[in-house]
Amino acid sequence: MAEPNWLIDFPALDESTLRAFNRAVDDAYLSFTRTYGATIEDAFDPLLRFMVWFEHLMLGAPWWLVILAVAALAWGASRGWKLPALVVASFLAIGVMGMWEDTMRTMAMISVCTLIAVVVGIPTGILMSRSDRMKAGVVPVLDIMQTMPSFVYLIPVVMLLGLGKVPGLLAVVIYAIPPVIRLTDLGIRLVDKEVLEATDAFGASPWQRLWGVQVPLAMPNIMAGINQTIMMALAMVVVASMIGVKGLGQPVLRAVTNQYFAMGLLNGLAVVLLAILFDRVTQSYGRRMQRYRDESR
Amino acid sequence: MSPADRASAKIVIRDLYKIFGPNPAAVLPLVRDGVGKTDLLEAHGHVLGLDAINMDVRAGDVHVVMGLSGSGKSTLIRHLNRLIDPTAGSIRVEDIEVTRLNGRDLRNFRRHRASMVFQRFALHPHRTVLGNVAYGLRVRGLSRAGAEEKARAWIERVGLTGFEDRYPAALSGGMQQRVGLARALATDSDIMLMDEAFSALDPLIRTDMQDMLLRLQADLKKTIVFITHDLDEALRLGDRIAILRDGRVIQEGTTPEIVMHPADAYIADFVKDINRARVLRVKAVMSAATDGARGPALSAQTTLEEALTGFHDDPSARRPVERAGEGIVGSVGLPEILRAIERPGTTGGTNGPGAGASAF
Repeated sequence: MAEPNWLIDFPALDESTLRAFNRAVDDAYLSFTRTYGATIEDAFDPLLRFMVWFEHLMLGAPWWLVILAVAALAWGASRGWKLPALVVASFLAIGVMGMWEDTMRTMAMISVCTLIAVVVGIPTGILMSRSDRMKAGVVPVLDIMQTMPSFVYLIPVVMLLGLGKVPGLLAVVIYAIPPVIRLTDLGIRLVDKEVLEATDAFGASPWQRLWGVQVPLAMPNIMAGINQTIMMALAMVVVASMIGVKGLGQPVLRAVTNQYFAMGLLNGLAVVLLAILFDRVTQSYGRRMQRYRDESR
Repeated sequence: MSPADRASAKIVIRDLYKIFGPNPAAVLPLVRDGVGKTDLLEAHGHVLGLDAINMDVRAGDVHVVMGLSGSGKSTLIRHLNRLIDPTAGSIRVEDIEVTRLNGRDLRNFRRHRASMVFQRFALHPHRTVLGNVAYGLRVRGLSRAGAEEKARAWIERVGLTGFEDRYPAALSGGMQQRVGLARALATDSDIMLMDEAFSALDPLIRTDMQDMLLRLQADLKKTIVFITHDLDEALRLGDRIAILRDGRVIQEGTTPEIVMHPADAYIADFVKDINRARVLRVKAVMSAATDGARGPALSAQTTLEEALTGFHDDPSARRPVERAGEGIVGSVGLPEILRAIERPGTTGGTNGPGAGASAF
């Protein structure tokens, strides 16, 4: 056999070395999951219970009550009748086309994911806004989370926790959390320096300054972040159906593998409708909180 | 200022330095040895903010600090409540050494002793007028009801009744600064720091606000440090005026001292175009002797412009001068008034009473 010419073929490591390397990484991770998998699963148990409880709540309640509740929420956010009407029409359409149950599962999943993303993301964003060093550490991690193909981190999550709700939840949250962190940080950094100076001049403590001034004034950006997070969670919930997350993603997956165009389109449209509803509700809530900005009675 | 005055001083600033840059402590000795602002920047890369400031602010005075932009006046006022930390020096408010306060004590000092009014209002856009005025009290831990009750009283005092529930964005500049003023007054602090508080307002509103401040001050007798770049405003409001240039106090004194005895050509140039008749008061030119004075008494607070009318009938007379609560304290005649009014460098100062009389 002739010597391979390194000027023409890239001098890569030979196959057996690479195979050994991959196997070593996999084995190490596998032994990690065998040792700690059960403990980690137990740690996520309360989350699982909460998920299950919430899903039962959505599925167990009569359909008209769910529609009424979401419409009431939409009215509370917008103080108008257009948005609740949109909610009622969308849900009726979804129900008539036989997608009620899957839609409820997806809504439960999105709600819990968003809740977790907000509870973890806003404090992270606040810490990031307070320290440039912290920001320098967090930003690359967020960049990786956002650009790594989402299928890739499904693998370790499944190896660690198996198939089901919790790994799905984890995958969705990891994928969807960056915007709320980034925009919380941005919003707080953009608060007017003169307003902060005045706040200090009146002797506000760091805590009073954060919750009384910085967070309220960063709210438009934080709400935009939450909105983006919800949209990304909706996109990921379809991908997460590959690891056993029930909901609108599963019929989409089935439609892809079996070439059922109509079925894929209908379930896809249901995801779009949910996205529109979540988007409009969060945006009009955000706008209503900012009404002081353009008050000119 | 005599030692007795020093004892009654409310705020005493001694040898205060502020240097901006990567290593202020390292270049401080150079500044102490007299390296100036330009040299420090060009040769050492540091900006000299304040250079050996010494200043005494008496209790109950409106103490104006005047200077053009870049003179360090805004830096100076921010040292008084430590929004900026000094490089070296001492600031005492009565028996408190402000430069040594720790976090908690500094917050208490800001909450109870020194409130502030800002050039561009710096109101909280997400709070109503009521919420803004009550803010200082809420920060202090007062209940919402208690804070808002006090806030309402101050809102009425600055003439904003009926606007309690509006947001700042809905108010004009003048109204916003009334909110800023009420917010500072509501904390009942004995010291009020005003950083170019009226500079962003248009001239008519500015005069209104100055009047309001003088009216309130006659009643409240706070110690006010007032920063401005406007000489007319300084002369109108100030009991004492300090003039700042390149981070240094180049003259400090009462209005007549500054107008009649400018310390250098820079200040002389500053004050040469002002209307002396309107700025100077009888007390600045009167003499203590009362013999020969006749006719109705003039108040010591009368401006020279108003005092002139008292000489219409009898230009050669001397008028007695009285001060509220003290009776007749001296006398004044037309020649001293005219000498004081006369713009320096215009005539030889030979205006006699007769020449003056023909002019009126």
